[in-house]
Amino acid sequence: MAGIPARLAWRRAVVLRHIQETPRVTSLVLDVPGWVGHRAGQHLDVRLTAEDGYQTERSYSIASAPARDTRVTLTVERLDDGEVSPYLTDVLRAGDELEVRGPIGGWFTWRPEEGGPLVLVAGGSGIAPLMAMIRQRAAVRSPVPVCLLYSSRAYEEIIYREELDRSAAADGDLMVAYTLTRSQPPGWRGYRRHIDRAMLDAVAWAPEERPLVFVCGPTPLVESVATTCVELGYAPERVKTERFGPTGGET
Amino acid sequence: MSTPFVSRGFQGRRQRSEAAQRLPPGQYLVSGFPVLSAGPTPRTSLDRWDFTIVGEIDEPRRWTWQEFQQLPRETVTKDIHCVTKWSKLDTTWTGVSLDTLLQGVNISATKYVLAFSDGDYTTNLALADVTGGKAWIAYEYADAPLAPEHGGPARLLVPHLYFWKSAKWVRGLQLMAEDEPGFWESLGYHNRGDPWKEQRYAGD
Repeated sequence: MAGIPARLAWRRAVVLRHIQETPRVTSLVLDVPGWVGHRAGQHLDVRLTAEDGYQTERSYSIASAPARDTRVTLTVERLDDGEVSPYLTDVLRAGDELEVRGPIGGWFTWRPEEGGPLVLVAGGSGIAPLMAMIRQRAAVRSPVPVCLLYSSRAYEEIIYREELDRSAAADGDLMVAYTLTRSQPPGWRGYRRHIDRAMLDAVAWAPEERPLVFVCGPTPLVESVATTCVELGYAPERVKTERFGPTGGET
Repeated sequence: MSTPFVSRGFQGRRQRSEAAQRLPPGQYLVSGFPVLSAGPTPRTSLDRWDFTIVGEIDEPRRWTWQEFQQLPRETVTKDIHCVTKWSKLDTTWTGVSLDTLLQGVNISATKYVLAFSDGDYTTNLALADVTGGKAWIAYEYADAPLAPEHGGPARLLVPHLYFWKSAKWVRGLQLMAEDEPGFWESLGYHNRGDPWKEQRYAGD
């Protein structure tokens, strides 16, 4: 019978590299045999198996741009009481294998041909799927204008900060605004509070530009930002959300 | 095939065996109540809210919020399982059974329903999956009005399937003779979503 989709199979990826992005955040570069590609914004399911057969699964956003090779990068925040993240950040090392399945997700995705402008709003490790979008945009030299509003607790916790600063300096159509909510370094001239209506109003493309808005982070941030976007007049169907957190975003 | 895969150095955290038996494959237990959605939370005032049954039906049915509150209500305690792999046990809901809503409706031509919600969300289900005490329109969670983030004023509740089928912000059911994939089902998720068969994605 035509049209039955092939089952997304579990594959044994090999860890190629371990990148310490911030004190608590690690990127894992994986080689995934048989990888057929992904869209920016999609994620990977990961499965761990203990010696007695016990298994557990989690999902992590793919932070790398779609590319022609079989390398896929995940960015993982280590949760102190997590079951899986400490294994990925502290135990896994280059040469180890990791069972993965994907790419998953057909909604929170962006391809350059979909246009923009883009408003990307991230909280903490929610930057990961948005980084895939930013990286893809750069890889194909897309002219789509982007503004990124990125909330972190402290300067040292801004994931990909150097890459974002470099990219923004080199590309007049990529605007990056940071806000640091818990502590700020001396001389900090950026925002220093949770994202609110005034900040969105100041930073984001106006609703009249009809941007595509992607919001990703912990649930309180996503809820607040998405609601504010609708209040500011952004078309709700052009606001896409993805919620992160220890368990996907709790209230 | 090759030897079973083992993650080097992974210990894991096992549940008490009673809880473990209640977890479908690939799920882990949470104590909080995670919120996931595709877009902004719709907010519909109760004086504008209504619930309708449309489609392959002799005469569409409609209830205002006040009328809906007068319908026989049930309180049920169920385990719920999200496709993103979290499960929550013993959740308590109050609402109206779909069996009550479909009473007196000629459903002889109906094989499927499409639940539709504010914010354009839809999900499709077989009639057999929403009748016989398997589905409710729930407006209370844990003895309090259902919060907007969790789907309030009312959501569909179909706990034996992955929770994306329990459409938040539900406003009605379309009765159909043929199946039609809803929102997530059109975006790569499984058409039925049975957590005990781990039917997460199309093709599973």
